[in-house]
Parts: sequence; structure tokens; C-alpha cells
Amino acid sequence: MKEIVNLPVSKIEEEEYHINMGPQHPSTHGVLRLLVSLQGEMVKSLKPHCGYIHRGIEKMCEKDTYPQVIHLTDRMDYLSAHINNHAVCLLVEKALEIEVPERVKYIRTIMDELTRIQSHQLWWSSFGMDLGGLTCFFYGLRDREMILDIWEETTGSRFLQSYNCPGGVMQDIHPNFQKKVHAFIKTFKKKIKDYDRLLSGNVIFENRSQGVGLLSKEDAISYGVTGPSGRGSGWSCDIRKVEPYSMYSQVHFNEVLRYECDTYARYMVRMQEMHESMNIIEQLIDNIPEGDHSAKMKAVIKLPAGEYFQRVESARGELGVYVVSDGNKTPYRMKFRTPSFTNLGVLDHISRGMKIADLVAIGASLDLVIPDIDR
Amino acid sequence: MTFNIYDFTSFNRWIDEGLNSIMSPTWALITEMAIIGIVFLLFYAVVGLFLVYAERKVCAFMQNRVGPNRVGPYGIFQTIADFIKLLMKELVYIKDSDKLLFNLAPFIVIIASFMALSAVPFAKGLHAIDFDIGILYVIAVSSLGVVGILLAGWSSNNKYSLIGAMRSGAQIVSYELSVGLSLLTIIVLAGTMQFSEIVEMQRNGWFIFKGHIPAVIAFIVFLIASTAETNRGPFDLAEAESELTAGFHTEYSGIKFAFFFLAEYMNMFLVASIGATVFWGGWMPFHVSGWAGFNTIMDYIPPFVWYIGKTAFIIWLMMLFKWTFPRLRIDQLLTLEWKYLLPINLVNILFMAFLVLMHWHF
Repeated sequence: MKEIVNLPVSKIEEEEYHINMGPQHPSTHGVLRLLVSLQGEMVKSLKPHCGYIHRGIEKMCEKDTYPQVIHLTDRMDYLSAHINNHAVCLLVEKALEIEVPERVKYIRTIMDELTRIQSHQLWWSSFGMDLGGLTCFFYGLRDREMILDIWEETTGSRFLQSYNCPGGVMQDIHPNFQKKVHAFIKTFKKKIKDYDRLLSGNVIFENRSQGVGLLSKEDAISYGVTGPSGRGSGWSCDIRKVEPYSMYSQVHFNEVLRYECDTYARYMVRMQEMHESMNIIEQLIDNIPEGDHSAKMKAVIKLPAGEYFQRVESARGELGVYVVSDGNKTPYRMKFRTPSFTNLGVLDHISRGMKIADLVAIGASLDLVIPDIDR
Repeated sequence: MTFNIYDFTSFNRWIDEGLNSIMSPTWALITEMAIIGIVFLLFYAVVGLFLVYAERKVCAFMQNRVGPNRVGPYGIFQTIADFIKLLMKELVYIKDSDKLLFNLAPFIVIIASFMALSAVPFAKGLHAIDFDIGILYVIAVSSLGVVGILLAGWSSNNKYSLIGAMRSGAQIVSYELSVGLSLLTIIVLAGTMQFSEIVEMQRNGWFIFKGHIPAVIAFIVFLIASTAETNRGPFDLAEAESELTAGFHTEYSGIKFAFFFLAEYMNMFLVASIGATVFWGGWMPFHVSGWAGFNTIMDYIPPFVWYIGKTAFIIWLMMLFKWTFPRLRIDQLLTLEWKYLLPINLVNILFMAFLVLMHWHF
């Protein structure tokens, strides 16, 4: 592993050239504001200003019952909507000590992985777009459409499904589900080669991403950069491996690790993860056991008084849900440890000394979702 | 009147004599200038609108889309509708901007491309001016455009615009060298800078075939450098939308934005024209020396069609670049020019000179 030295923190001076990237800016993918101080084209330091899309989800959770909370979690990281739901459901089930049917575990895991694939597809699209390859955007969205169609049929919704509910899933899968998932995997295995041809092997892309935004493993750990971004620095932090939930302990898949620590590594981790996700789905899709799609639950869900924590691996990293319950049907306090917020923290550290164009590439490689930062 | 689609010389003489017979020579000259000006303006507008449409269709083809298909058959009137929309848009006044320079900048950009276009031979006898230093003139005039871009970036009182303008300045000044040197390679082969003579010399074979290896190298360098010079992807750093929102024309609206927009496409048309003229024979049909029958058949295709076809091919190549490659970074852009293209070019010129000296060309 090579030595990585990031530039030290410099004092922000009055005469510096500041630009505000955002809250309206094409490459922040939302209302994130980065106050960047520049020296020529070089980024001297940057300050992220969050809060432009703060909706007070954690506070709203305190007024809602647990099944209602699930609908709010969709709106945090909207690209991993299903995984966010899953986290809350796992927490409620853990607190109530409910064993969900096997069928539910299978469905949830497959849905999780579909979520991960479509999230990475959209990330790939926008990553290409941020680097100026506009065609990527349409390739990614075209293939993502198939997953959205699968969801629409089964969950009734294309984007924010709210398909999970405590104890199971809202309704059983559509009869076409397995057929369509098979069709998707067959198609996407061909299409993902196009992705590599269009971007991964491109010499301009390699020059733009290799050696850019170096994040050492130690820094990744100390800043808490999880998910594909952390694994690009060689940190084994996949919750699916570390603390398996649902079916993850019973399927075979590799945790994708890269050791280059740069933007290219983070890119390649996600590209590989799409293959791994397809691998997981293929292992499960034909073996979904018969049974109920939900465990028997009481009409009103009350968690016993106490503190509960559950973490899952969302498409961006570790999503932690922390609940303090006083025995009522609503949580006393609910806290989400969202991956985008923690990953944003490292942006200043790794983009210092880089060019503006690199900042865009680094920001894209961290795969930030702004509502996930602000909640 | 002897209108001949293969040779416009007699047609021009007919107009000239007709005008001279009804008015004094001074007024005839002024009228001729006015006619040429109006024809060029119309040509400019039509080509600009068509190129925008073509770009959108090529882009759509690359991206699995249909592209514009609502306004008129196959959406051919889409760009006209867009242009009318741009004409009717409000011209936003920017606080604390340098008003004079802000308003002047789009005109400088558009005038530069307009002036350069006047030297291009579209067909035999169909060119506005035929300098004996035509190539030098085109290089000189087309590089004026960067002044407009710098002024636009400076006067808009916007930090993004300023960065975009500075990038553009560095980029165009650098790549101007490569464009000039790659054209110089062909000048070494041709021995003249006059466009009409350059085209005439390619009667028995285009320069890209005549000069074989160095000419092909020069063409590739020219294609890369001219793509960069027109600020088009993958070298569109001046208006890198993911970094600088829209670069130097961020603050422009309405017709002033349309000027920049049009000038960009016309610059692309211009460099494609120069490339087609210098490397691919311009309006000269495809001839193989010795094949008299084949050459006669080729001669039946009007020169203007040859010229447009070659230009369209080069434009198509440039569009494919834009919609395939990601964008370079500013330091990589300058590295590419100063460390790769420029040395290649210099060696290439020597190679070409040697070739001409030894009579190894065809």
C-alpha cells in the first residue's frame, strides 16, 4: 500500500477566490452547497454547507407510528429506498423478537440487491455526466428502467416503494416477478460490458480518475467512510459480511475491495458490486420458498422500552437506525446514521490540492445523495 | 446568362457586368458587397440552424433516443422554433457587469467566425475573397474569437464565467499552434496558401492521399486541435457544465446567448470546411489519375455537393467525439498539446519537407 499524504488544513484568508458550488449546481446533484476557496484552478479548501433540504425527518418520526416511519425513510436516500425500509423493519422485528417467514427474507434480499443495482446504475450515469460523457447518462437510465418496471408490478410504485412493513412485505410478489428478474439479469449482463467499453477502459476517463482524491485506509476508518467509497480504500466494511441480516449469511458473494484508494478504485468497486448483486439475485431468485409474505403482527406496534440499533448496508454505505423507545407506539427518539452525511465529511480532506474538475469527479465518486445528508 | 452548377465563374462575371452596365463602378462594388453580405448572413443562419438540428439528431442516435420529432416532419423546424423562443426572451441585465464589453463580446465571437467563413471556397468560383494568403488569413481571423470569449467571461461579473474564460484563453492559444502547424504541413506539400490553388492542386488526388503518412498524421492532429479550438467536447472545458455551470456564457440570455451558440456551431462548420478543403480537396471530386472514365463520372456530381459532403463527414466525426468521450482536465489538455501534439507536429513538418524534397509524394 502506498503512502498517501493529504495537504494540511490551511487558514482561509480574506483574499482567497471563493466560489459557491451549489445550492444550485449541476454537479452537486441536489441542493448541497460547497464553499470552495480556490487558488487558480486548485482547490485550497472547501466547506460543505448542508441543510437546504432538511425536512426534520428524525423529529417527524417521533410523531409517527413505526409503520408510518417506514414511509419517511424512503425520502432519505431515495435511491436505496427499499434498503432504508428494510433497516427500520429489521429493527422493529429485532425489538419485538419476531421471526419473519423465510419467503420474506428472500424477497427482501432480492429487492435490496435490485435497489443496489439501480442505485449504482444511476450513480454510473451521473458519474459519466459529471466527467462530461453525457451519453453515459442515457445508457444507465435505459437499463435502470427495467428494474423500475419490475418494482412497479410488484410493489405498485416505481421509486419510493415503501414495500416493507414490520413483519414482512406489503403484498406478495407478482407472478411475473421471477421471469422479469431473470430477463433483467440476462440483459444487464450484456449491457454492463457496454458500460466498461464506454467509460472504464477510456484513456481520458482513466487519466481523470486514477490518482485523484486519494483516501487512505486509515482516513477512511477515522472519517467513517463506509460503503463502496470505503471499500475502494481497502477497508472491509460491508455490513452484509460483518453483521449479516436476512439471507446474506446464506448466499455466496465476494466483498469487493480495491486498494488504489482513488476515484478509479471507488468506481471499480461499484462496477464490481453490480456483478456481485446479480450473483446474489441469481442464487435466490429460483429458490423463493412458499409461505406467507408477512408474519402475524399486532394491529398497534409498540416497542418495549429501551434502546435499539440496527445497521444495514445501503447502496452508499452503512445505514444505522437508532431508536429510543419509552414503550409507546411512537419512538421517543429516532436517529439515522446515514452514509452520505459521513462520506461528505471526507470531501474537504481528499479534494484539497486537486483541480475543480477533480472535485467534481471526487464528489461523484463518493456518490452523495443530498436528501440523505440533510434528512 | 450562363449558369453552370460546375463553375460559377461565368455566373459571377454575368452579375458583375450586369451591375456595372446599370450603375457606376463604385456603386456596383458596394452593391456586390451588400449582396455577398446578405447571402452570407442567410447561409450562416441556415447552416447554424441545421447544425443544431443535426447535433441533436446525432446525439439522440448515440444515446438511444429519437431526438426532436414534434415540430414539423422529423422535427426539422425544432431549431427554428427554439431560435424564435431565444429571440423573444428577455435580455437579463447583470448587476455590476461591464455593460459595454458584455454587449460587445457576442459580436466579436460571431464576427470572427463570419470573417473566416468568407475565405472558404464552396465551389469553383464560389468564394467571397480569394487571398493569396488564405490560410494565414483564416488562422488569424478565427483566433479573434477568443477575445470575445475572454471579454464575455471578464465582463459578466461571475466567477464561473471568469474561470471558463481563462480556461478558454489558455486552450485556444495553445491549440492555435497545432492547427497552424498541421495546416503548415500541407502548405509545405502544396507550396501555396491560396485556397483556390490548393483545391486546384488536388485535381489528381486529394492531399491526404498525395502526402500519405505525414498528411494523415497532420489530419488527425488537425482534427483533435480544431475540436479543441472550437471548444467542443471532449475539450469543452470553457463551458464544462458539470464544473462551471455554463462557463463563459453563464450570464447571457436571449439573443446574446444565441450568438454564442450559433458561433460555436459555425466555428465547427468553419474548421470542418478548412479541414475538408486542405486535406480532402474541398469541392474537388474524387479523382484517381489514369482512370478517365471514373473521373468523368465523379465530375458529374456538383462541386458544392462534394464540399458539403466532406464537411458534413468531418462535422459528424466531431459530433461523435463529443458524445462519446468524457471531458479532459485543464492540465491534461495543455499536456496533450504541449507535450504530444506540438512535438509530433514539428517532426511531422520536417518529415513532410523531406518527403517533398525527395519527391516521395504522389
